[in-house]
Amino acid sequence: MFRYISKRIFATVPVMVMVVVLVFLMLRLSAADPAAIIAGDNATTEQIQDIRVKLGLDQPVLVQFGAWLTKVSTGNLGESFFFKKQVSELILDRLEPTLSLALCTIILSVLIAVPLGVLAAYYTGTWIDRVVMGLAVLGFSIPVFVVGYLLMYVFSIELSWLPVQGYQRLSEGFWGWLQKLLLPCFALSAVYCALIARITRTSVQEVLGEDYIRTAHAKGLTNKIVLMRHALRNAAVPIVTVIGIGIALLIGGVVVTESVFSIPGLGRLTVDAVLARDFPTVQALVLLFSLTSVMVNLLIDLSYTLFDPRIRY
Amino acid sequence: MSAVNASSGRASVWRSLVRSPSVMVGAAILLCVLFIGLAAPFLHTMSPDEINPSVRNKLPGYESTLRDDEGNKIQFVHLMGTDSLGRDIYSRVVFGARVSLLIGATVAVMSALIGLILGLLAGYFRWLDAIVMRVMDGLMAIPAILLALSMVALLNAGLSTVILAIAITEIPRVVRLVRSVVLSVREEPYVEAAISVGTPTPVLLVRHILPNTIAPLIVQTTYIAAHAILVEAVLSFLGVGISPETPTWGNIMAEGRAMFVLLPHNIFFPGVFLAVTVLAVNLFGDGLRDLLDPRMRKRL
Repeated sequence: MFRYISKRIFATVPVMVMVVVLVFLMLRLSAADPAAIIAGDNATTEQIQDIRVKLGLDQPVLVQFGAWLTKVSTGNLGESFFFKKQVSELILDRLEPTLSLALCTIILSVLIAVPLGVLAAYYTGTWIDRVVMGLAVLGFSIPVFVVGYLLMYVFSIELSWLPVQGYQRLSEGFWGWLQKLLLPCFALSAVYCALIARITRTSVQEVLGEDYIRTAHAKGLTNKIVLMRHALRNAAVPIVTVIGIGIALLIGGVVVTESVFSIPGLGRLTVDAVLARDFPTVQALVLLFSLTSVMVNLLIDLSYTLFDPRIRY
Repeated sequence: MSAVNASSGRASVWRSLVRSPSVMVGAAILLCVLFIGLAAPFLHTMSPDEINPSVRNKLPGYESTLRDDEGNKIQFVHLMGTDSLGRDIYSRVVFGARVSLLIGATVAVMSALIGLILGLLAGYFRWLDAIVMRVMDGLMAIPAILLALSMVALLNAGLSTVILAIAITEIPRVVRLVRSVVLSVREEPYVEAAISVGTPTPVLLVRHILPNTIAPLIVQTTYIAAHAILVEAVLSFLGVGISPETPTWGNIMAEGRAMFVLLPHNIFFPGVFLAVTVLAVNLFGDGLRDLLDPRMRKRL
């Protein structure tokens, strides 16, 4: 097991290095000159040159990369052009809404999609299966902002059950927090549910064809116990994997959902930074999101050993 | 797999394509959207970017008086209402089909071609494999929308930038797919046989290895088209995509955001068109996958 874990961690290193290099290069390949952006419209050529020297932009690319890497690895993500604050401060400030949204969405999706997937697998070929799979295709096709506005229209405007937009910090009360989070989570979970329901159905179907399921039935266990204890447990690996694969999807969705529901999180910050051409902030956020996605996938791979003792490379 | 099989199998593939309900439904809807996009000027539309301040923010069905080319007064019904600049939403939605289809098709073809070449080379030449795949792994680790978003921000928005930005997020998936097919095929006896009779490498790649990648590649390409249409709409919706006066479904929705509580149709009409189009492409892709690539059917 130790060998598997160390091997898996080691395999992640090149991906992380590549992400760091790509994120750095992204900014260097840009047509825009950061120094000119900081200096503003009325700056003279000398002023721009001064800023360039101050930022180290006159150095060779490799030197710049080294300097940037040293700074980033100590948690110094630079100063935002637009907000005139440390990027790390900005991120810490906006972390809570995004984490709440992402975690609640994952929990909600698993609660909705896994039972639906199991149901579809158990009733393969019947109308139940077809309805669930139809919903899944629909979930893949309707963009998250359309789902968001639809939910907002029905539940906030027509029925006035839930607040239209905004976010309330958890420290200001649990119910208010949950109320404001509910619609964005449902909107965001549509794609995620589709993904998880599909993979749950396929993997449970596969497991249901195994010999030990027949044995379990033969020794007189009820359908429910066979399904829950024998089938679902063995189908867990692909389901958990897809949750990891879906993290990238979720992050993309967070960016859009936060804009629809005016949630002041990291996604909204990303869009604001992109619109303001605030490159250090964009760079830091892309790096943060990407490394998070890589780390989540690593952790999920490592968690296989818990679900499936057969995986011990 | 072999050439004999392919030519006799073609007719039966076509037959089962016609019989598959999801392929037919998807294709029918897509043809409708294509027709709407192509025939846009003739479908009782007005110019999609004509600004008319006197009819701003009208509900669907509002009638306004316009002057035609000869100066005669005519009544024009705004089927889907107007936006905050007084532009006709129906005309914008109809013309928006053009941009979406263009983006879907261009991104799909572009990423399929580039991905195919990179995948073939990476799969066949071991030394190249390590380099190409590391870059692809890195690109894939960056969430697609974020990558596209930051690319557009860095390269200045525009149709070609948006296409390029979306294609870059899709290429790694194609490379992975093609490479995995190449890796499994290159050990086949017929490939060894071809090598042993002295087939030059380019011929070997194109004639013996490439045909195996076509079926899964076509399936993947349809999914890329669906995803590209969605990502373009997201970029436009967030205000970083194609310039706001261009009628795209994302732009119409972005424009409608501020007035959503009062005029929800500004978001719903383009939203429905977008969702139905993407649904059609996905249905088409699912149908193709079931027919062309039974192995993938098991996977998802």
